[in-house]
Amino acid sequence: MKLIIGQFVPGDSIIHRMDPRAKLITVFIFVFIVFLANNPWTYGFLLAFTVLGILVSKVPFSFIYRGLKPVLFIIIFTFILNALFTRQGDVLISAGWFQLTTAGLKQAIFISIRLLAIIVVTTLLTLTTSPIAITDGLETLLKPLKKWRFPVHEFALMMSIALRFIPTLMEETEKIMKAQMARGVDFSSGSLVKRGKAIIPLLVPLFVGAFKRAEDLAMAMEARGYRGDVGRTKFRLLKWHGRDTGLLSVLAVLTAALILMRG
Amino acid sequence: MSRERLIEVKDLSFRYKADAPLSLDRVSLEVYAGEWLAIIGHNGSGKSTLAKCLNGLILPETGTVLVDGLNTRDEDAIWEIRRRVGMVFQNPDNQFVGTTVQDDVAFGMENHGIDRDEMVKRMASALKLVNMEGTENREPHRLSGGQKQRVAIAGIIALQPSIIILDEATSMLDPKGREDVLSVMHELNKTKGITVISITHDLDEAAGSDRIIAMEKGRIVLSGTPREVFQHPERLLELGLDLPFAIKMRQALSEQGIAVSPDAFSEEELVEELWKLKSTI
Repeated sequence: MKLIIGQFVPGDSIIHRMDPRAKLITVFIFVFIVFLANNPWTYGFLLAFTVLGILVSKVPFSFIYRGLKPVLFIIIFTFILNALFTRQGDVLISAGWFQLTTAGLKQAIFISIRLLAIIVVTTLLTLTTSPIAITDGLETLLKPLKKWRFPVHEFALMMSIALRFIPTLMEETEKIMKAQMARGVDFSSGSLVKRGKAIIPLLVPLFVGAFKRAEDLAMAMEARGYRGDVGRTKFRLLKWHGRDTGLLSVLAVLTAALILMRG
Repeated sequence: MSRERLIEVKDLSFRYKADAPLSLDRVSLEVYAGEWLAIIGHNGSGKSTLAKCLNGLILPETGTVLVDGLNTRDEDAIWEIRRRVGMVFQNPDNQFVGTTVQDDVAFGMENHGIDRDEMVKRMASALKLVNMEGTENREPHRLSGGQKQRVAIAGIIALQPSIIILDEATSMLDPKGREDVLSVMHELNKTKGITVISITHDLDEAAGSDRIIAMEKGRIVLSGTPREVFQHPERLLELGLDLPFAIKMRQALSEQGIAVSPDAFSEEELVEELWKLKSTI
């Protein structure tokens, strides 16, 4: 069983090898600077950055498309809305109340690029960074919040334990499903209500099992000396390389270009 | 064997709920450095509860538990006690904390604040000791039960403990996994001098120990070397335990009127005696 948690696609590109912190910062800033763009030049830069990202990551385009699919509808919808209801500039096509203007088309294209860029860049982050690396990155980046009593370490540990137990619980679900099917529960036919009811004998043992596991795990963690964040060292190390500084520099240049070139 | 006392349990009593019967009833015992002690008994005999008292997961209602002179009631000493007394639990899945083998081995060391360079060194040698080198980046769902238990053992060894408690650690494993885990533990017991306390209802496993303690209803009812304990097979059956093959064989033979000495309790000894039985040399 090859199980991919989240949508991470293992690989060895320079983006895969980048520090999760650098990637997280980049995505975070990128989402904001997208809104600086307001003319063909600046939107061109955004598009170029996004396409470059895809190319360098060597992630097959089909994976990115898969990430885009659920939101494609929203992009098309906003495209149409913008195209229809912006009534400035020269009229290109006109039929009855329907009117497509140059300004409308431009606006529609711009907004679509904006949405596309944000979604592709965030997808690229999750495609090239393992969930555990993202957790580590977030833990270090959010460390300052500890001052305000935000349980950063606990949060990160919870994430990593959740990730570790996903395959275990999936296996268990499968086992319970087979056991219930052997006793005549039908999961795959009947009305929606009927199918929903069939899920109950699946969920109850799954939850009971999960709580039992949680109890065992808590005991095992205590036996191994876990006492929260007190005096704890870390084994997984995040290393900042030249390439990470490079990524942030590219981002800085992009930001500068957007500010200088925007109309 | 040195007779240095590692753990001293005195008049230990415990119950889970105030109105429940005692799970442990005035238990006293000593564990000596370097020995392999098997604690046997059927479900609910209190053997697992006793094990959890030894590293302070459970605190006694009355009586004391001393580990190397440290009292489990002492809040300042509890973490040091847990470092010295490692514990492998029954379910291989429910004690695997890390997302990969190396993260799991590191977990205990991280908790005890061990320096990262030192962690890397200890991890390599610990994984080697349990024959799991080269699996550092493996995820738990790609490991067998026996492999997971060996990773758990590696995580404990990395903390350089003096005692490892196996709390029915082999009961959910297939025969091969069980054998791997036990042979690793015997190796550690012999070469590293790590004291092993194995909580089990598998008498075949207990037969390989230095000393056996049998429990029933929270009390110690039998204790001695395997040879001594297996002298009373009927008593073990009364305790709800399944006898090892060699003992059953011996009993069946004596019922048939074939006199085998009551000393033979391992398979080899039995064979040794049987082939000489009719010999006239």
